[in-house]
Amino acid sequence: MIDPIKPPRRKNPLLRTRLPASPPRARSRTSHGFTRAAAEGRFMLQRCDACGSFAYPAREACPSCLSSDLPFVDAPRRGLLLAETTARVPSDVYFRERAPWRIGLVKMDCGPTIVAHLHGDCVEGAAVRMSLQLDKSGQAVAFAHPEGETPNMSDDKQYREMTADPKFRRVLVTNGRTVIGQEAVAALKAAGAKTVFVGVAEPWRPFAGENLLRGQDGIEIVTLDAADEKSATDLAADVGGKVDILVNTTEYVRPGGLLDRRGTSIARDEIDQAYLGFINLAQAFGPAMRMRGADGINSSSAWVNILSVYALANWPAFGAYSASQAACLSFSHCLRAELRPGGVKVMNLFTGPVDTEWFQTVPPPKVAPRAIAQAIVSGLKAGLEEMYVGDVAEEIRQRLAANPKALERELDR
Amino acid sequence: MQSKNLLELASAISSGAVRVVDLTFTLSPDFPVIVLPPEFGQAAPVRIQEISRYDSRGPAWYWNNVTFGEHTGTHFDAPIHWFTGKDLPNNAVDTMPPKDMIAPACVIDCSAQAAQDPDFVLTVPLVEAWETKHGRIPARHWVLLRTDWSKKGWRDYANLRDDGAHTPGPNPAVMKWLVEERGVIGFGTETIGTDAGQAGHFDPPYPAHHFLHGAGRYGLQCLCNLDQLPPTGAVIVASPLKIQNGSGSPLRVIALVAST
Repeated sequence: MIDPIKPPRRKNPLLRTRLPASPPRARSRTSHGFTRAAAEGRFMLQRCDACGSFAYPAREACPSCLSSDLPFVDAPRRGLLLAETTARVPSDVYFRERAPWRIGLVKMDCGPTIVAHLHGDCVEGAAVRMSLQLDKSGQAVAFAHPEGETPNMSDDKQYREMTADPKFRRVLVTNGRTVIGQEAVAALKAAGAKTVFVGVAEPWRPFAGENLLRGQDGIEIVTLDAADEKSATDLAADVGGKVDILVNTTEYVRPGGLLDRRGTSIARDEIDQAYLGFINLAQAFGPAMRMRGADGINSSSAWVNILSVYALANWPAFGAYSASQAACLSFSHCLRAELRPGGVKVMNLFTGPVDTEWFQTVPPPKVAPRAIAQAIVSGLKAGLEEMYVGDVAEEIRQRLAANPKALERELDR
Repeated sequence: MQSKNLLELASAISSGAVRVVDLTFTLSPDFPVIVLPPEFGQAAPVRIQEISRYDSRGPAWYWNNVTFGEHTGTHFDAPIHWFTGKDLPNNAVDTMPPKDMIAPACVIDCSAQAAQDPDFVLTVPLVEAWETKHGRIPARHWVLLRTDWSKKGWRDYANLRDDGAHTPGPNPAVMKWLVEERGVIGFGTETIGTDAGQAGHFDPPYPAHHFLHGAGRYGLQCLCNLDQLPPTGAVIVASPLKIQNGSGSPLRVIALVAST
């Protein structure tokens, strides 16, 4: 049974903050099939198209029949923990600092045997449920969980290395003026976040829901206009060392594309809010987050972006907005690479039109802000990198994968 | 005027015999701007971005890039700002006569009424009452409405509610009267806008803009320190940036006040 983690004490200012170490990174190109699966929380293995047998680790040819048709497919998660061992003095710096560390051999029901990190409640000889997780290097690793629920399951020391669980962490929700922001605050508090800092730009401007945020234990309203360099820097000067999870809830949606708009002032606002805001936040908060990736129970752990799925394929009705989101998507990959040495995850949530004011005339299905908030929490708890929230986002993704040209034509309506 | 009088003025400023009062708010991103319904174009907020600050971007110098809308911070409205003034000659900040940038001011203190009622409106009888005390408003003078609004915190200053802003300003009759009967050069306020917060519901809407700019006069808003000005006798220096065809601009507004 896992002992519940305790709220961290205040830091001893006489001690140096330990710098994050990274587990080994090297992977073959083929094995990034696992990375893709882990990023989305799927469990995939290679299965031979010719003979149907599953393979592990990543192979170029089927070990049974030598066929090279070995696509990654969703695979059954169940297996049996054949043997376990505890590494007490590993040579690798990352594992040495976290020793003792348990690993084991899992014989999958579907065939292959996998070396996996073990949840503390996994017992030799018992059934386990496998997942693929992104470790602090951002690479996929196999992780074995007990088959059923056990008490304080997500507090397991080894599992928490794979996740960005909000429990006892301090979160900055960058824009609390919006419904999405306010739902995110509530969901993160409910998930055990110690403090949620809620950014409010132009505090002289009243907004709906303000009273719900004020006066609540563990919720601190802070002045933050992400689009303003100085505002972001000023806030980081105050709380930058206490932001363990940053949830970028910047939301600036305006309809229109190129020809039916006049001038660039709306486009400028879109870029200001979404793109430059992203840069300001990253420059203000990123360096401290990267440095605090191994800072105990409340180490910095994740950066969350909420992006339109039309970042992937332009929707002309909201064409300029789509473009600003595409810019943010591109930069999120840059941020991911730059935060990597700190072991800080960058999670992108893709959504279709949200049930908010600026999509008022768009017919359903629309994503409820609460669904986005719940996805943020579940994604952090599972340590994901990519999430598609709602039917539209999932559908766009699939249509893009199937035929980008068809999607382009179909969105042009 | 003889040049020695001008030199006397300069030395009086230097000695403090003539006080220089700064009527300007600091131009900063924190200062409230006019809020229009979101479907309209919006004034770009004030942004100050460092180019370098004695660092790797420029080791010996500090400077910023600054962006803002023409109507942000303490700012000046030119006649071209409003449809009523769109066809007037020399109606933009770059073409307006420079001599209009210096003019005396009458300051009407309505701070007591504004403290009681955020929707306080200035009326003709109120100005007439002021005139019985301080004399008739001369032509080509500024009329500045003192409300002490500039002393409020930003939220109370903007005072936005679900039916719009509630801030004091002039009613339509007094604006028409000041422009046509008194020939003022302009009208200035401490609030965001020369008009009252609810002036969109007046007839005509936004009467200060409507009548001032229609007659080629000017507006000043987001002024402060009006409580340091005498009812009459202060001289206002208000020279907006020379923006090509500009409808207004943030500016430094100063007042010269004789000490005796």
